[in-house]
Amino acid sequence: MTEKAPAADGRVWVRRFDRFDRSLHILLMASFLGLSLTGVPLLFSDRPWAAGLSRLFGGFRAAATLHRVFAAGMLLCFGSHLARLAKRLFGDKEYEILWGPSSLVPQPRDFMELVHHVRWFLGRGARPRFDRFTYWEKFDYWAVFWGMGIIGGSGLILWAPKFWARFLPGDLFNIALLIHGEEALLAVVFIFTIHFFNGHLRPEKFPMDTVIFTGVLPLEELKHERPSEYDRLVAEGGVERLASPAPTADRVFKSRIIGTIAVSLGLLLVAFTLIALLS
Amino acid sequence: MRFGGVLAAFLLTAAPLQAAAPPPKPPANEDCLACHEDPSAKRANGSPVLVDRAAFAASVHGAAGASCVDCHQDLAKTADFPHPEKLASVDCASCHASEVADYEKSVHAAERGKSKASKAAWCTDCHGIHDIRPSKDPASRTNHFNLPTTCLKCHGNLAVVPGAGGPPVNQPALFHDSIHGRALEKSGLKFAPNCSNCHGAHAIRNPKTDAESSVYRTKIPATCGNCHEKILAEYSDSIHGTQLAKGNPKVPVCSDCHTAHAITAVTDVRRLAILHQCGGCHESSLATYRDTYHGQVNAMGFSRIATCADCHTAHQIHPAGDPRASVAPANRLGTCQKCHAGATANFSRYDPHANTHDKGRSRLLWATALFMKILLAGVFAFFGIHTVLWFPRSLKARAAEGRGGRRAGKGHGAP
Repeated sequence: MTEKAPAADGRVWVRRFDRFDRSLHILLMASFLGLSLTGVPLLFSDRPWAAGLSRLFGGFRAAATLHRVFAAGMLLCFGSHLARLAKRLFGDKEYEILWGPSSLVPQPRDFMELVHHVRWFLGRGARPRFDRFTYWEKFDYWAVFWGMGIIGGSGLILWAPKFWARFLPGDLFNIALLIHGEEALLAVVFIFTIHFFNGHLRPEKFPMDTVIFTGVLPLEELKHERPSEYDRLVAEGGVERLASPAPTADRVFKSRIIGTIAVSLGLLLVAFTLIALLS
Repeated sequence: MRFGGVLAAFLLTAAPLQAAAPPPKPPANEDCLACHEDPSAKRANGSPVLVDRAAFAASVHGAAGASCVDCHQDLAKTADFPHPEKLASVDCASCHASEVADYEKSVHAAERGKSKASKAAWCTDCHGIHDIRPSKDPASRTNHFNLPTTCLKCHGNLAVVPGAGGPPVNQPALFHDSIHGRALEKSGLKFAPNCSNCHGAHAIRNPKTDAESSVYRTKIPATCGNCHEKILAEYSDSIHGTQLAKGNPKVPVCSDCHTAHAITAVTDVRRLAILHQCGGCHESSLATYRDTYHGQVNAMGFSRIATCADCHTAHQIHPAGDPRASVAPANRLGTCQKCHAGATANFSRYDPHANTHDKGRSRLLWATALFMKILLAGVFAFFGIHTVLWFPRSLKARAAEGRGGRRAGKGHGAP
């Protein structure tokens, strides 16, 4: 941990995600990929690749067990995130996570930024001056949050139907099965196309943005992408506070490997899914 | 001649050892064999006239002391030997009248009646000629264990018996690998059926066109029920059996699910195949089954999951409204518990054929499905357009500013 603000390449690096955030994303990514690979075959069970994928995991019983293992991983992810939110809110009194420029809570400016962003797409205005979280990042976050509740809740019901049937009518399993599958389809296709594009595959980021793995990005990139946050940091003296050493070549390499594997698996699965859906 | 005959009769009674011949004495078997045992004796076309003495002696006729002329009756009165090549056909009916009468009703006889060139079987094709052994004899062609081989000489050869219009699958040949064929030929079970147990022995009628055939569609349950007595009782009581009795031509009989000749035990393969057999008529039930976990797992080729008969039973199938049905409200829980031990009454309210398109079946499910459809369509429509618009702009930005806007900082002229 050598502290030198300007890195070897002369650029200043700042931290965007701390170790907890990065670990959470890795865990979320791994469990989501695992859940997708063991779950999606059921939705397209009449396709030969579905049976193949299921056999790859050792048959439907083994795949079902693994699905629950990954689900436990994702629940751990969700639980620890909620616990940390509670700590930041009630322990550290970080009320700014509830509202304001560094909050993930949707606010009127997000709608304006969406409008301006689309105008920029069409060449009718400047790029919006984004802050810490853009509207599509907030959508990603709340989509996952909602998905956790819907897919996780229905999944827990389907995990132990005999237990739940003591209190709940059996028709509920039909509902649970339906929304578990549909919402999972939404999540899988959304993450593996829209999130991949927004976060990694769009030309400005291509082939990938490693900030979620390394936790740091060059200050100039922050200034370019999130000028509002940059200005705020400069005004608050936050640049010095967030200054970090450049990521080591080893960490960047590992990030690219992990990212490439995740993106490849995701794209492969979504390709199969879209072919099955559209044929 | 008349005078000669009288003289001969006189001479025969008076002096039996006198050599003078007429009237002819029927030739003894040894007389016949004098020629017919000679391998060099041939017909005009070169084929040998050989009769195997030992085989005849071992045959049911030989053992009973039958003589050649008992069957070749026209030779009993012949004095001119060698006799002409062309003899009258042997008429088995002279002794076996009822068997031949049965045979005359058969598809074999009908085929022969249509054309002289027909290869359809008659007595000797199944029983042999001089070497006919009784069916009890293990070496007999018609022995219980040997009969399939005998029938399949023709029915296992598509050149002799082509498929009845269908695909060229040699249906009867599948018998060898069927549960019946294995029980008969591999396990040697005397109560395992051979061809004749289902089709009859002599009165083998056309199963497609002859309503008297033991394997005519409507007769199949009774024929199978000769052995599978309890199943017949269950089937007859079921919706399928009662509908069959009422003349409904669409209901399945045994062979629709079990096949006619390729009958196997209830293996994993069968458990998967049954879906297409039931689903062939119950199309919408198969479709809704496919939408649920049971059907999804099953569709991937895993059979250890409930298929039709696990819930509906194989033979005691009744409509859900019938209190005897395994899926009747009062019995449903017990049916679920066969796999889901410890399931509760609430559990059994799960609909294993839920249909998201059927508003009447479950309004809540229908509404949920509609909501999910709108949600998915909304999200993908919005972000689809968003992405399509963003992509070309992003390409331009990359070209102008570099990755992550790295080149933008230098000129600071971001658009």
